[in-house]
Amino acid sequence: MIGVKERTPVAERAGPEPATRLDAAPEPAVRVERLNAYYGSTHAVGDMTLELPSRSVTAIIGPSGCGKSTFLRCLNRMHEITPGTRVTGQVFLGNEDIYWQGVDPVEVRGRVGMVFQKPNPFPMMSVYDNVAAGPRLRGWGLSNTDMDALVERNLRRAALWDEVKDRLRRSGATLSGGQQQRLCIARALATDPAIVLMDEPCSALDPIATYRIEELISELASEVTIVVVTHNMQQASRVSARTAFMLAGEDGVGRLVEYGKTDELFTTPRDERTEAYITGRFG
Amino acid sequence: MNAALALQSGVGRNRVLRRRHVLEQTMVVLLGTATLLAGGLLALILGYVIVRGLPALDLAFFTERPRPFGVTGGGIAPALIGTLIIGLVAGVIAVPIGISAAIFVVEYRSGRWAEVVRFAAELMAGLPSIVVGVFVWAFLVRGVIGNYAGIAGSVALAVIMVPIVGRTAEEVLRLVPNSLREAALALGAPRWRVVLNVVLPTARAGLATAIVLAIARAAGETAPLLLTALGNVFFSADLFKPMAALPLQIYQYAVAPYDDWHTKAWGASLVLVAVIAAVSLLLRLAIRRGTAS
Repeated sequence: MIGVKERTPVAERAGPEPATRLDAAPEPAVRVERLNAYYGSTHAVGDMTLELPSRSVTAIIGPSGCGKSTFLRCLNRMHEITPGTRVTGQVFLGNEDIYWQGVDPVEVRGRVGMVFQKPNPFPMMSVYDNVAAGPRLRGWGLSNTDMDALVERNLRRAALWDEVKDRLRRSGATLSGGQQQRLCIARALATDPAIVLMDEPCSALDPIATYRIEELISELASEVTIVVVTHNMQQASRVSARTAFMLAGEDGVGRLVEYGKTDELFTTPRDERTEAYITGRFG
Repeated sequence: MNAALALQSGVGRNRVLRRRHVLEQTMVVLLGTATLLAGGLLALILGYVIVRGLPALDLAFFTERPRPFGVTGGGIAPALIGTLIIGLVAGVIAVPIGISAAIFVVEYRSGRWAEVVRFAAELMAGLPSIVVGVFVWAFLVRGVIGNYAGIAGSVALAVIMVPIVGRTAEEVLRLVPNSLREAALALGAPRWRVVLNVVLPTARAGLATAIVLAIARAAGETAPLLLTALGNVFFSADLFKPMAALPLQIYQYAVAPYDDWHTKAWGASLVLVAVIAAVSLLLRLAIRRGTAS
């Protein structure tokens, strides 16, 4: 399903460049080069080029249908599991292009974790087994004591340990929505990914649960690189260091409009479309 | 004047309401009758089988083998054992094939191939069981094995079970939310692990239902067994020799001209129904226990 690599020389790049005003990010965790994503013949994401800095939070905002979730799913090769989809371009983790021919998507997803819009703990697994699922599914073969330590460590990282330590054997489905989402974060952290992608992680949660997740995102930013897609501009401004604004053009193709430091993008947007969006004039 | 108008419209509204009420009552009665008919038919069959079959049941009925033609007494023990063996072997053959096919169609849906498999399963489910019997007779009884054999009966029943297991399992696997597959894939799990550790455990209860349905359907089949397992009045656990089975025993008892044998046919019918119910119940209980822990 993956398009054959064609390394486009920089000089040949067409189209208007998005308004990007970042000094070269310090040790970028992810470097995206002219990424295009398709569903069948529908061109969903067009010519995304940007660098995501390491150990910080990058927010991706934009109206519904602008391709932000699709873009996110390209960063761990989840886009291609939908039949009929296609990706062209390059995504570098460090020096390695995850779309290069020999790269195993399964291995990529081990390094780039993901948290979904709706909390989706495995319903037939306990709280403990949910956190242990990643290492088990990937066949790490840990001893019981090592697994106990790993589960506790990651539940602590997800700020959930104190709430669930007495019911580790209960089903993950018995937790509240906010707890389930933090369980999913713990599950994603358990395979020790360098990057965690979050696709509107709070959109199914109440304000208090949302606040706790946002707090958690800010804390985790010191350890991992986080990319969070959100509908909520306040959320983007609260949790992220950088923000990318995407918008679908008249051709329906989602493109990067503006990318920059979050406080600058929200206070002095350079593109009038960004300004129109963040002041609520469309979207 | 105003009061009269109000009264009139009130009456008119009442009439509309009353008509709706009558219609509602009529529908409830009609639907209730249909439900009663459907349920009643089942109760009638079960009740009749119990009433006619119970007198046949005694210890000898369960422990003895059938007597020679025309002799009073005897039981269904070889048939009971035969049905359990033939059914178990058929399940061991059919369940992995049916569930694997369902996994292929749902989890590895590779477009056209999935369609082909689904279409084949539909055709297979539509095959008259006697045709399956004739095929297995020609292929195994006359060909590979050379004589009537229990294993041939198992194969015939397995052919009948595969599409039932497969189609039911397919529905069940489709009910597993995609978000769970995505969650597992996003953890860096290879596809086969996702199926084995996430999809199948989630669908466990439904898969048990698929197996139960198939067993219930196949256990009562008579025509294919006539042509394959043949039946046997002696105890035999040899899969490569003719083997007794409950439906065959029911048939033999039922077509004989003796009242005692007719009663035994009813008794054997009751036992067959009970065996199917018991296997279904046990399987469900086992699955529930597995889910609780």
